[in-house]
Amino acid sequence: MTTAIAVKDVTKTYASGAAAVQALAGVTMAVSHGEVALLMGPSGSGKTTLLSIMGCILRPTSGFVQVCGRDVSGLSEAKLPAVRLQHIGFIFQGFNLFPTLTAGENVELSLDLKGVRAGLAKSRSRELLDAVGLTKKYDSFPADLSGGEKQRVAIARALAGDPQVILADEPTAALDSHSGRTVMEILRTLARQRDRAVVLVTHDNRLLEFADRIIRIEDGKIMPSPIPYEATISGADAPDYSSINPTPHG
Amino acid sequence: MASLAWRNLFHDKVRFAVTLTGVVFAIVLIVVQLGLFIGFTTTTSNVIDHSNADLWVVSKGVQYFDAGVPVSERKLYQVMSTPGIIKAEKYIVRFSRWKRPDGAEENVIVIGFNPDTSMGGPWNLTVGHVKDLKAADTVFIDEFYREKLGVTHLGQVVEINGYRARIVGYTRGIRSFTTSPFIFTSFKNALNYGRLINEDQTIYIMAKAAAGADLAKLKRQLSARVTNVDIFTTAEFSRSTQFYWMLTTGAGIAVLIAALMGLIVGVVVVAQTIYATTMDHLREFGTLKAMGAPNGYIYRVIIKQAIMSAIIGYAVGMAISAVVIRISQKGGAAIRMPWPMAVAMFGLTLAMCIGASIVSIKKVTTIDPAMVFKG
Repeated sequence: MTTAIAVKDVTKTYASGAAAVQALAGVTMAVSHGEVALLMGPSGSGKTTLLSIMGCILRPTSGFVQVCGRDVSGLSEAKLPAVRLQHIGFIFQGFNLFPTLTAGENVELSLDLKGVRAGLAKSRSRELLDAVGLTKKYDSFPADLSGGEKQRVAIARALAGDPQVILADEPTAALDSHSGRTVMEILRTLARQRDRAVVLVTHDNRLLEFADRIIRIEDGKIMPSPIPYEATISGADAPDYSSINPTPHG
Repeated sequence: MASLAWRNLFHDKVRFAVTLTGVVFAIVLIVVQLGLFIGFTTTTSNVIDHSNADLWVVSKGVQYFDAGVPVSERKLYQVMSTPGIIKAEKYIVRFSRWKRPDGAEENVIVIGFNPDTSMGGPWNLTVGHVKDLKAADTVFIDEFYREKLGVTHLGQVVEINGYRARIVGYTRGIRSFTTSPFIFTSFKNALNYGRLINEDQTIYIMAKAAAGADLAKLKRQLSARVTNVDIFTTAEFSRSTQFYWMLTTGAGIAVLIAALMGLIVGVVVVAQTIYATTMDHLREFGTLKAMGAPNGYIYRVIIKQAIMSAIIGYAVGMAISAVVIRISQKGGAAIRMPWPMAVAMFGLTLAMCIGASIVSIKKVTTIDPAMVFKG
């Protein structure tokens, strides 16, 4: 397995001076293609901050971020959207579907962002909704879908751009257990069959069975986990940080 | 796929109705207020503008149409003998008293002109012909003032300044800026109806220049030849009259301020409405940013929404404005919407909507895309 996404010595401090809060304190981790990694920890431990930094949504205070072999730490704000668009798919706890677009159009929108022409986007959108079992919901608006269906549309949308990395924030939190399992099965199949890296932030212990690795985080630090980082990423498959340009940044 | 902008705008019908109401209200407000200003402004000078004269010779110091001072008839011949002038006419504009059939009196403005040339005469005739005014004691009034003047039928005989006057025709839409209606009659009749003027006097001299004549040069020639008078081109006299009424009188200033307030309130309403529409979708724009949409993509969505709001708001707003204007024509308000104003309103509506959306774009630009992870 090769590294899909990695962070090294990442710190994040919110605000400054006496009000400064350190959300992350030197986090180093990597997730490989074909792997499902759960990021777990108590509230306020820094999970979502780490996910945001991995997703190039938030910039670290220090440290390095590598996405699909490319150091993105030094990229300007203007260049980060392109990295997100090309390499990363997001799944949100609140689904974040566009309420004014149908399920199909929500998926098409992701393709539109990548410049895929309308006809192709439509057929691709149908394929993706078919893949998550929502063929008949193409023309349904999010308001008419159940929570599980909304999350499956969100997964189809995240997959539309064919990203190498899927980052999901509490993807099952708003779902019943059956819908939650369905979503997790889709994500695990995605990792296995399409060799994608899937990183999930969750509090839900029922998802452990779907994980290849559990990364525990507390007080902004990675804690020793039942499946150690070194055990899964080793030797030639270990993330190669040498390619990261160690240029300091803010 | 229908564009995101289109869907954002039309998906929620109630929200769209609120947005549209804001834009339409602003357009109607601006059109009515500016239309009133234009209406009143053009009303002050409409007789001048329809005079078909090129030059006006007025007593020294006269600034506006309604306040002419008698000048000697001899000046008419001096004007007529000036090279480049092909025609000159005496013209009376005088306040007078109109006695209604019930005995009540109304102030009127008597306009005396030569019915043979029609220069300075009435237009928009609905009943009668200008030549009818060649008969003695005949007058035209505007339909709008029939009730005010107590006129019930054609041929009715009334009294103006103690002299007999017979209604022989009506006009439509010729209003004065003051509350005194215009009464069109022949110059000869007006000598009787208009007070304090002798037979060898006139209030104005209107002149027609030869085709292609240089009016500025003619003005200079007339100034050298005719003494103790001011010479205006028709456009200059029109502007001078408009300036007097609109900028030096309380009524004009009130209309001007109302127009400016209408413009400001309209702009604020549109800005607030479009801003609120964008803010309603702030979370979705945050999601777009998180998905990797460049700012340009989001700007296009927001500006498209603004342009669609502007186009639909303009169409509905102008339709309502047209109805308001039509109704106003039957009432006392003179609201005008010349076509350049209608075109300018489209530009203004687009500018207001796009301007407001640009203000909201600044807010969208500063969205923290990490907001998408917050519940």
